Amino acid sequence: MKLTLRVWRQKNSNTQGQLEDHQLDDVSPDSSFLEMIDDLNEKLTNEGKEPIAFDHDCREGICGMCSLVVNGVAHGQDRELIKAVTICQLHMRNFHGGETIVLEPWRAKGFPILKDLIVDRGAFDRIIQAGGFISVGTGSAPDANASPIPKKNADIAMDAAACIGCGACVAACPNASAMLFTSAKMGNLNHLPQGQTERYQRVVNMVTQMDKEGFGACTNMGECEAVCPKEINLDFIAQMNKDLITAALKGIGPTV
Amino acid sequence: MKNIIDQIKVVEGSLNSAVPEGRIQDVWDNHRFNMKLVNPANKRKFNVIVVGSGLAGGAAAATMGELGYNVQCFFYQDSARRAHSVAAQGGINAAKNYQNDGDSIFRLFYDTVKGGDYRSREANVYRLAQVSNNIIDQCVAQGVPFAREYGGALDNRSFGGAQVSRTFYARGQTGQQLLLGAYQALSRQAAAGSVKLYPRTEMLDLIVINGQARGIVTRNMVTGEIKSYLADAVVLATGGYGNLYYLSTNAMGCNVTASWRAYKRGAFFANPCYVQIHPTCIPPAGEHQSKLTLMSESLRNDGRIWVPRNPNDTRKANDIPEAERYYYLEEKYPSFGNLVPRDVASRNAKTVVDEGHGVGELKNGVYLDFAESIGRLGAHIIKERYGNLFDMYTSITGEDPYKVPMRIYPAIHYTMGGTWVDYNLQTTIPGLFSIGEANFSDHGANRLGASALMQGLADGYFVIPYTMGNYLAQAKSEKVDTNHPAVREAEAGVNERMKKLLSINGKRSVSSFHRELGRVIWDNVGMARTDAGLRTALKRIPEIRAEFWENVRVPGSADDLNQSLEMAGRVVDFLEFGEVMALDALHRAESCGGHFREESQTEEGEALRDDENFAYTAAWEYAGEGKMPILNKEPLTFEYVKLTQRSYK
Ligand SMILES: Cc1cc2nc3c(=O)[nH]c(=O)nc-3n(C[C@H](O)[C@H](O)[C@H](O)COP(=O)(O)OP(=O)(O)OC[C@H]3O[C@@H](n4cnc5c(N)ncnc54)[C@H](O)[C@@H]3O)c2cc1C
Ligand code: FES
Repeated sequence: MKLTLRVWRQKNSNTQGQLEDHQLDDVSPDSSFLEMIDDLNEKLTNEGKEPIAFDHDCREGICGMCSLVVNGVAHGQDRELIKAVTICQLHMRNFHGGETIVLEPWRAKGFPILKDLIVDRGAFDRIIQAGGFISVGTGSAPDANASPIPKKNADIAMDAAACIGCGACVAACPNASAMLFTSAKMGNLNHLPQGQTERYQRVVNMVTQMDKEGFGACTNMGECEAVCPKEINLDFIAQMNKDLITAALKGIGPTV
Repeated sequence: MKNIIDQIKVVEGSLNSAVPEGRIQDVWDNHRFNMKLVNPANKRKFNVIVVGSGLAGGAAAATMGELGYNVQCFFYQDSARRAHSVAAQGGINAAKNYQNDGDSIFRLFYDTVKGGDYRSREANVYRLAQVSNNIIDQCVAQGVPFAREYGGALDNRSFGGAQVSRTFYARGQTGQQLLLGAYQALSRQAAAGSVKLYPRTEMLDLIVINGQARGIVTRNMVTGEIKSYLADAVVLATGGYGNLYYLSTNAMGCNVTASWRAYKRGAFFANPCYVQIHPTCIPPAGEHQSKLTLMSESLRNDGRIWVPRNPNDTRKANDIPEAERYYYLEEKYPSFGNLVPRDVASRNAKTVVDEGHGVGELKNGVYLDFAESIGRLGAHIIKERYGNLFDMYTSITGEDPYKVPMRIYPAIHYTMGGTWVDYNLQTTIPGLFSIGEANFSDHGANRLGASALMQGLADGYFVIPYTMGNYLAQAKSEKVDTNHPAVREAEAGVNERMKKLLSINGKRSVSSFHRELGRVIWDNVGMARTDAGLRTALKRIPEIRAEFWENVRVPGSADDLNQSLEMAGRVVDFLEFGEVMALDALHRAESCGGHFREESQTEEGEALRDDENFAYTAAWEYAGEGKMPILNKEPLTFEYVKLTQRSYK
């Protein structure tokens, strides 16, 4: 099929960017979305032009590297699709010949653009560094079966831990809030007995860091949940807010 | 060309495996006691570079940071959490024997040596089995949400044909969860200041001074800056080289560059021809295909594999009557049927496809059919077991496996070969260590399912932190700075390579060369290898390489974010490495594990080892540009696991 791609081009973080149009004449419906961009890049290279920079690695929806806003939707999935996907999992048979597809990077203050469609998501790493871990040294762990964990809790912890840290939640949110990402890590650790000791300090520190990074507040729009490729539930945000209140009542302040 | 094998210079007795004396059960404990310790107050004076943030590198950097060393950790993704370990689905083995089904450290050790087709070093494998239990404890303590039973205990399953249930898992995302555990431990150290992280930074050369590894040359992938970092020791944890094949289940950025650069500085490369092919991947859909997706092996528990008996059959799968279907695995291997080991399943798929029985538009796959199990168990049970995988298959192919059989075909999945290391995981360059998939150590000629995650974490959490201390406590290394001639020389080399790549300005893209190389390797150094095919590869690879250096076009500049340039650098190394791999495969005239030489098979078509002539590790030594590498042999002896021929009939 024939397609027009309207792509965001930006040399680096210090320059202005603009949309640029490109035509593709022969896109296979069996190719993945990223393979379609590969095709375009091959064409640009052959024409002596610079290919479009975009992040990707695993191309199977698990590394969280790919990050494209397609026709205004993070990971481009507001179509007649069966399930949540990352853009690397989306295939061209979901598009029609003759269409114009607009490709943009994640847009958020917390995610500065590095080049074309690539952004800097270092802020997410710093939020985890503020407390998204359990302080246990290598070698000091008790036997793995020493403390049983109800299956239900383990399952909820896993639901939250499934987050791939791609940042689609931030890109989709009108406030560019990072609450879904941040609360997912807490949902993982707080549903396990190992995570209890640092629970309240963790929530205070991670939320403090989140604010410092320039992410906005959550106003319950639910856009994040709608685009999350791992279907992380909004409930985790509610649980995080509850913990934040408890921490305040306990008088726990940030240490980051 | 004919006597190319005779031209190989062979050296014996040059490799010291450094395995301590003693009963295998006691070796590691004794060694830990005998190793030198670094005084706690001195630890922070030592700088250690870790390249890689996967299970191996992430665990190593976090643990060494915790111990007090000054650690710098480099990786090419934008976050340590995205290393390709994240993609592992199935699970991780440990000898816990929680299921009380007769597992033990010795059994895991035994299975791994046997599964590796007797081409690994016993003492290393025993240690791996020993520390496997600590890994599970560690990961649970970090908050890894492993699957649990209703009583709250950890759940296990049996994996890849093992007779005991020793595999721990976290849904279909075990690699992701283990990696997040390591990443969080790493993040804790980053916050504490003991580990400094360098995302989007690629290692492009190794710095060796007075025979010791002292640092790396890197390129900042955002600004293009070439910069050297110096240290007292360097650890490579850069993963496998499966992307040599172009199409593989690896991530797009996986590469051999770090290991290859180390090779050219003197680190021997062992058994490059040992690669693992996974039988259940989705076949390529056309020329545009950029990578292959693995479908969990567990599907073979309920799916039946077949092809049309008549190669010219053009009917849809469901229209082909039972009698005209060729259930080749069930027919050939009545006792194991569809559950034969990975390599046997893969090779048989290749045979039927080569004979023209392939299915799908490109006739490049075989059917994996669930109709019978859906009829027997109901679609809801199949959905419960494999719902996610079926969805993934549908989203990739547009076909519904509840209604039509899946199409599958083998793909490159894991590389057992890697940088040669001794018992301490040290390479032939003092101060350079290699861990995880990047080294060759524990899996011999074939890896068991769920054992790569185990090895990465064993090396990272429980081996390298000890052996590194032992090295640092004794290494007397001079003080150096970045003005040292060796640093200047390495940097100049890297800069020159970049400049050259950008200046050729030919007619073909980097990926077109990568694709061409991958095709040659897949056809000739893939699932089944022959003397003639390997010689073809050895002829073709230098030709492709020569054309590359004349006709590649790399757009953009060096001082900018330039993905074409990154890729070009990796393909350059694949173009050299592929030749050594083909040479290794040619010289090893036996079949073993993942290395199947058609000339060496039993009457039933099984891999036939030649222990008399090939019970050794082949460690290749760089001999200079354009020269044939030197073959160093490390003999393998089996004191604890008796040598036997595999049979799955
Ligand atoms: C699809 C798939 C499924 C799998 N499933 C299983 C399973 O169920 N069980 C199992 O046991 N094993 C499985 N494996 C194998 C296993 O996942 C890997 O062998 C293992 O995770 C490798 O870990 P690693 O730490 O050695 O390397 P990786 O996780 O690949 O990490 C490599 C690191 O090195 C960095 N790096 C590489 N090159 C450079 C460079 N030049 N400069 C700077 N940094 C560099 C990367 O950025 C990355 O951080 C699977 C593999 C695949 C591909
Ligand atoms: S490329 Fe890894 S999730 Fe898309």
